[in-house]
Amino acid sequence: MIELRGVSKRFGGGTDAVLDLDLVIPAHQVTVLVGSSGSGKTTVLRMINRMVEPTAGTVLIDGDDVAALDPVRLRRRIGYVMQSSGLLPHRRVLDNVATVLRLNGMGRRDAQARALETMDTVGLDRAMADRYPHQLSGGQQQRVGVARALAADPNILLMDEPFGAVDPIVRTDLQDELLRIQNQLAKTIVLVTHDIDEAFRVGDRVVILREGGRIAQQGTPAQIMAAPADQFVADFVGVTRGRRSLQVRVQDGRRIVVDAEGRPAGVLEEEPTA
Amino acid sequence: MNLFRDALAWLLDPAQHTGAGRIAARVLEHLGYTLLALAVAALVAIPLGYLIGHTGRGRQLAVALSGAARALPSLGLLTVLTLAVGIGDAWLAATVVLVVLGIPSVLAGAYAGLEAIDRDVIDAARATGMTEWQVLARVEAPLGLPLLVGGLRSAALQIVATAVLASYVGLGGLGIYIQRGIALRSYDEMLGGALLIVALAVVVDAVLAAAARVARTIAAPARQPAVHTAD
Amino acid sequence: MSWIGANLELIADLAVRHALLCVVPILAGLALALPLGTLAWRVRPLRAAILTVVGLAYTIPSLALFVLLPPLLGISFLSEANVVIAMSIYAVALMTRSVTEGLASVDPSVRQAAVALGYSPWRRFWAVDLPLAGPVLLAGLRVVAVSTVSLVTVGVLVGIRSLGYLFMDGLQRGIPEEIVAGIAATVLIALLFDLALVLVGRVLLPWTRRPSRRAARLRLTARGAA
Repeated sequence: MIELRGVSKRFGGGTDAVLDLDLVIPAHQVTVLVGSSGSGKTTVLRMINRMVEPTAGTVLIDGDDVAALDPVRLRRRIGYVMQSSGLLPHRRVLDNVATVLRLNGMGRRDAQARALETMDTVGLDRAMADRYPHQLSGGQQQRVGVARALAADPNILLMDEPFGAVDPIVRTDLQDELLRIQNQLAKTIVLVTHDIDEAFRVGDRVVILREGGRIAQQGTPAQIMAAPADQFVADFVGVTRGRRSLQVRVQDGRRIVVDAEGRPAGVLEEEPTA
Repeated sequence: MNLFRDALAWLLDPAQHTGAGRIAARVLEHLGYTLLALAVAALVAIPLGYLIGHTGRGRQLAVALSGAARALPSLGLLTVLTLAVGIGDAWLAATVVLVVLGIPSVLAGAYAGLEAIDRDVIDAARATGMTEWQVLARVEAPLGLPLLVGGLRSAALQIVATAVLASYVGLGGLGIYIQRGIALRSYDEMLGGALLIVALAVVVDAVLAAAARVARTIAAPARQPAVHTAD
Repeated sequence: MSWIGANLELIADLAVRHALLCVVPILAGLALALPLGTLAWRVRPLRAAILTVVGLAYTIPSLALFVLLPPLLGISFLSEANVVIAMSIYAVALMTRSVTEGLASVDPSVRQAAVALGYSPWRRFWAVDLPLAGPVLLAGLRVVAVSTVSLVTVGVLVGIRSLGYLFMDGLQRGIPEEIVAGIAATVLIALLFDLALVLVGRVLLPWTRRPSRRAARLRLTARGAA
């Protein structure tokens, strides 16, 4: 469990990126921080692994104040995935995946063997192992980034707009892959995005942030959609624009779902009784 | 440090400031060779560099030739050309050497300046209906000016430095003091000459550094500092 | 060509001396510029000062430097140390800029990623920053090597023997072949140094299949004074 207590961050310019934030991130779930730019979501993420030091407040991981931990050691036990894959361009894929293992002092052969297994986990062909990052597609690079973050088997995975730089089809693939991996590994994942669709798609819990890192609403996607806390949230998730405000209409004996403008969005089926 | 005091005394000696061999005349000679060579190098290299930068063709060749030119020892080139044209026309040999020396830097400055421009800006200029000449004259040339002036600056520096060698083929310039000082073992003249050369090089560099600042304001008038927003 | 045939031994002897005079400055250039350039890159307030000083050192014409160094350092004009130190000064001046630019060319997101993975600052410098600056450093070192080989010839004017001897001797005796032989040998040595550096680069920087545009441009715009 990750806990932020009264956390603030003021940057040199004098603006508060985050102001007095309290947030509890439960273990073994995907928590998505979503907000538009300026909402401080990346700052919140980076305060967890001390890439950014808060100006006030405490960040606790399983009850331990991270400020008391050595930042380098802390980062080695937290996986991190960023938008631009951030792969080391001068290292082969295999060595990139093995980076943290090597930093933790594991021998080269063991680290590479473990890295190959991690590549299997994220669905990367082992044939990629000897390539350099620039020889891969954007989607493949992002998978390598995820593999690198998972290789040392961290409990926590921080993901900063991990699928923001790939095209929509690849993004959907990667989101599916993430859900599949999460089913298997059950990590504590904190994912930052500005895309509300992505948030609802991958998040067990969604935290909607507004300017200055203030929480507009948090809960499961269903809770947020069912009862937006205020107009800001309603606008943000799209119920007011009609995109998520769907209606059922009967056509040719089947019940189809249409949006506010009458465009079909899907077919309504009964939930199977389990 | 006595030697440097002697050099200073030599520099201030009225004997160095009268007659045909006076310091001012040598400085003018030196600057004359420099400016002539820089002008010729610019006349050859700027159009060529713009052609390369505008069309995007011929870059590889220019890079290869410039690299080869750097490997050529100027002193060797100067002496062999002087033998070829005869000592009477040594000025021609010297000018050719200095021009050859200056061309790569100016050329690189010209095409690198054009290459560094955001492609979208040039596409937009074409899209608004500018002819190729207008694109070059109104967009590429002004935006590429800082790098071009940078190229001229390095060329000028190399030419000033190498023009010191001109005295060894009987052409005067500031090298004469070093040459004569070494031959006569007169350290005051040798050091005095060296100090003059350093001073001239520093002044020429400073003048072109100022020109570079002007060029930057032409390329980017009143540039606003970029605003970064942390997310 | 008769002169060349009769003087192969002289040419070979001068060529070896010449090449040896170049080795120390090239290595010293890299070794001293690495801490200096890193300092200029890391400590912003020092950057302008360091780059101004090395820029100024670079404006000093070589013949003037050969004359000024001996009284300053208390060595003989005819000492080979004179040429070696003068050339090292240029090499350091040029490489300091290369180091600073090379480190600045490293993609900030890669550096961020390295921090996030848990690299300590010291380890990150050696394992990430420095190798990624490698292509720019190599380009700078190639310029240093070629211009050093060419510049060493000027030393003959203060009496230090190198292939430059063939230029002045050929001029005085009116033997163009002698000068041409000197030029050819100088260019050959420059090419050999360059080739050696390219090969070292291939081994040490296997991820760069061809030089980046940035490195290529730097190689061209870097200057070499005579």
